[in-house]
Amino acid sequence: MIVKRLIVGPFNRVEGDLEVTLDVADGTVRAAYVNSPMYRGFEQILQGKMPADALVFVPRICGICSVAQSAAAAQALGGAMGVTPPANGRLAANLLLAAENLADHFSHFYLFFMPDFARAAYCGRPWFADAEQRFRALTGSAVGPALPARAAFMHLMGLLAGKWPHTLAMQPGGSSRPLQASEKIRLYRLLREFRRFLEDTLFGDRLEAVAAIDSVAALEHWAAARAPHASDFRRFLGIAHDLDLARFGRGGDCFISYGNYPQDAGRMFPAGVWDGSLRLLDTDDIREDVSHAWYAQAEGPQHPAQGATVPLADKTGAYSWCKAPRWAGRVVETGALARQVVAGQPLVRDLLASGGANVMSRVVARLIEIARVLPAMEAWTEQLRPGEPYCVVGEMPREAEGEGLVEAARGALGHWLSVRRGRIHSYQIVAPTTWNFSPRDAQGTPGALEQALVGAPVGDGEEAPLAVQHIVRSFDPCMVCTVH
Amino acid sequence: MNLLWLQSGGCGGCTLSWLGAEGEPLFVTLADEGIELMWHPSLSEQSAGEARALLAACVDGRRPLDILCVEGAVLRGPNGSGRFHMLSGSGETMLSWLRALAARARHVVAVGTCAAYGGVTAAGVNPTDACGLQYDGDAPGGLLGADFRAGGGLPVINIAGCPTHPDWINETLIALARGTLLHEDLDDFCRPRFYADQLVHHGCPRNEFYEFKASAAKPSDQGCLMEQLGCKGTQAHADCNTRLWNGSGSCLRGGYACIRCTDPGFEEPGHPFAETPTVAGIPIGLPSDMPKAWFIALAALSKSATPARVRENAKADHILRAPTVKKAGR
Repeated sequence: MIVKRLIVGPFNRVEGDLEVTLDVADGTVRAAYVNSPMYRGFEQILQGKMPADALVFVPRICGICSVAQSAAAAQALGGAMGVTPPANGRLAANLLLAAENLADHFSHFYLFFMPDFARAAYCGRPWFADAEQRFRALTGSAVGPALPARAAFMHLMGLLAGKWPHTLAMQPGGSSRPLQASEKIRLYRLLREFRRFLEDTLFGDRLEAVAAIDSVAALEHWAAARAPHASDFRRFLGIAHDLDLARFGRGGDCFISYGNYPQDAGRMFPAGVWDGSLRLLDTDDIREDVSHAWYAQAEGPQHPAQGATVPLADKTGAYSWCKAPRWAGRVVETGALARQVVAGQPLVRDLLASGGANVMSRVVARLIEIARVLPAMEAWTEQLRPGEPYCVVGEMPREAEGEGLVEAARGALGHWLSVRRGRIHSYQIVAPTTWNFSPRDAQGTPGALEQALVGAPVGDGEEAPLAVQHIVRSFDPCMVCTVH
Repeated sequence: MNLLWLQSGGCGGCTLSWLGAEGEPLFVTLADEGIELMWHPSLSEQSAGEARALLAACVDGRRPLDILCVEGAVLRGPNGSGRFHMLSGSGETMLSWLRALAARARHVVAVGTCAAYGGVTAAGVNPTDACGLQYDGDAPGGLLGADFRAGGGLPVINIAGCPTHPDWINETLIALARGTLLHEDLDDFCRPRFYADQLVHHGCPRNEFYEFKASAAKPSDQGCLMEQLGCKGTQAHADCNTRLWNGSGSCLRGGYACIRCTDPGFEEPGHPFAETPTVAGIPIGLPSDMPKAWFIALAALSKSATPARVRENAKADHILRAPTVKKAGR
């Protein structure tokens, strides 16, 4: 068996820098090594800063998950200070995080993922002409209108956060932007405007009808009810069926979600781990392994509250700036698929039961989540009570610990803060794509993407195999968060 | 004109900000102004070898390069090697690619404060020895050196901002494409003057509170953020409150301080961002071009003249007392 090595990079239409090394034999990927090739050192930058200054730095880890980073920091700081936002502050935070997550899913679909089906390599497929004119990068007929629709939706950020990315409106005690009664109407109207685009163009159906699809059979029935060109989701389903995308990128069987969108009681999407049954999530079971990452080695994998980040560019055997987080020693996958399976969405549960995590189920889970969350945003807007407080204040003790756990678009994002003598002593971040794109751990177990790439078909002469591109992008990686 | 966009030591947020451009689809605007987006890492079809071939053709001159946009700081570490950022698939540092491409470009544009001056990536201990394309903080130099001039004769154009505003990018690119952006259109830090000659204070909706020094005490209060909560809008070079962000926003409209993100060195203000450093109750950072004695005198006077309405509303999150309605004939 002749093994050929392919190095795929720059891997574009992902956020940030990614290089994937593939060992290929007999037209199949036998092993994959995922390299995050850029290091900036936010955890080092934050050391010694005043705790509240984290609110300036951490959103700037990532321009696409900026609000999620702010939310995790606000939560970690709030925990350390012992403050809880009032109801208005909680609703504002939910609206901001939901807007970013939905905008990211939307951008992923139209800008990052679908353009691959407009590649000339697919010119023989029956759907190609339609996909090519619709999804071609930069000039496709879907891409142009998607941008103003997204920009109009992001007016929510102008209203509630001042700007996006990189707001300081998310505070440990709530929101700095008290929305007034007439502004609630503006907010509601812009949500309805985005709903119209989603229903007319992306789904070709009511959001509630899409969110109610409860099985693979029901999804097939829904797709067949109208022609593929009736909506972009149906287009995707048609392509996915023809290319059998469900057989690409089979992931592992363990999924993690920190849960999202706190309500009066519990969260709209609860936290948990799914491995065929639902398990309670205890973050004490998280460890980060740096055996194959360019960092100085501590004694074994560390919990993030004890972790350190000491770059070591010449370390032997290392091949990435990404650490390798593990839950109870296991490789886990995170993202919309994990969030929805933990939350018990019936279609996503059925997709996992029938074909596991794969290119198709990851994309479907994201779109289902859009359909579920936008109606909730409309409801949260109605629940805002102008005149009641949006923000409370608190004091940061000179010695304190805090943990911030949120679900960014791409999955579980955790911040671990410790304050000593009034300053940041340690600030460790484990981002969603740190989970998904981790390198091997000390046992040699490959990370989630590394496992998902094994078995991917490689055509003759393919240097950046299309199957590999679909698999990588199905995770919607954010590489700037990954390493930070 | 063709445009090549690369990202290095940053967060990608300037690209995301750019995608929020208002009005017609961004790509339509560019095409209409004759700007061809040759390659952008988040947006283009070409991956891996296709993209590397395109970059190589620009470096060896087979393909002309009109505008090189760089987002993110240049990472010089560790130990000057540049290895904190390898351009994936190429086996070379991004630093060496940037140097080679800048040498070929007709115009070089630093998109955002990181690419311009180092920005947040250069904060704290500056773990990666980050700098800007032609500045290291506020000192000329950076990757390309103080004397660098692109093929078209201009130094690196610094569209500073963290993030930068979509219009700042588009209006700069369009002026370049039309040949109307001249050296005199750049300020002392090589920022386009069309926005850098403005102050964030211009158009601030909290101006009445500023006039009377009626200050907010906590986030969500409506009062002025300068006296206590760290706002530098009266010194910051940008038109945020007249141009607005994401429809109707700005930092001040979002209820939080301007942190002067268009300036070199903003990432290390020497005090907590959300606290105003003062000496004897007087902010150290005074409004631009304002003599200290006058500021003190005016502040004292205006405080003593503050209407109760303004004083009370300043420390509330909604209007407690509306302006008096004058009835005709009284």
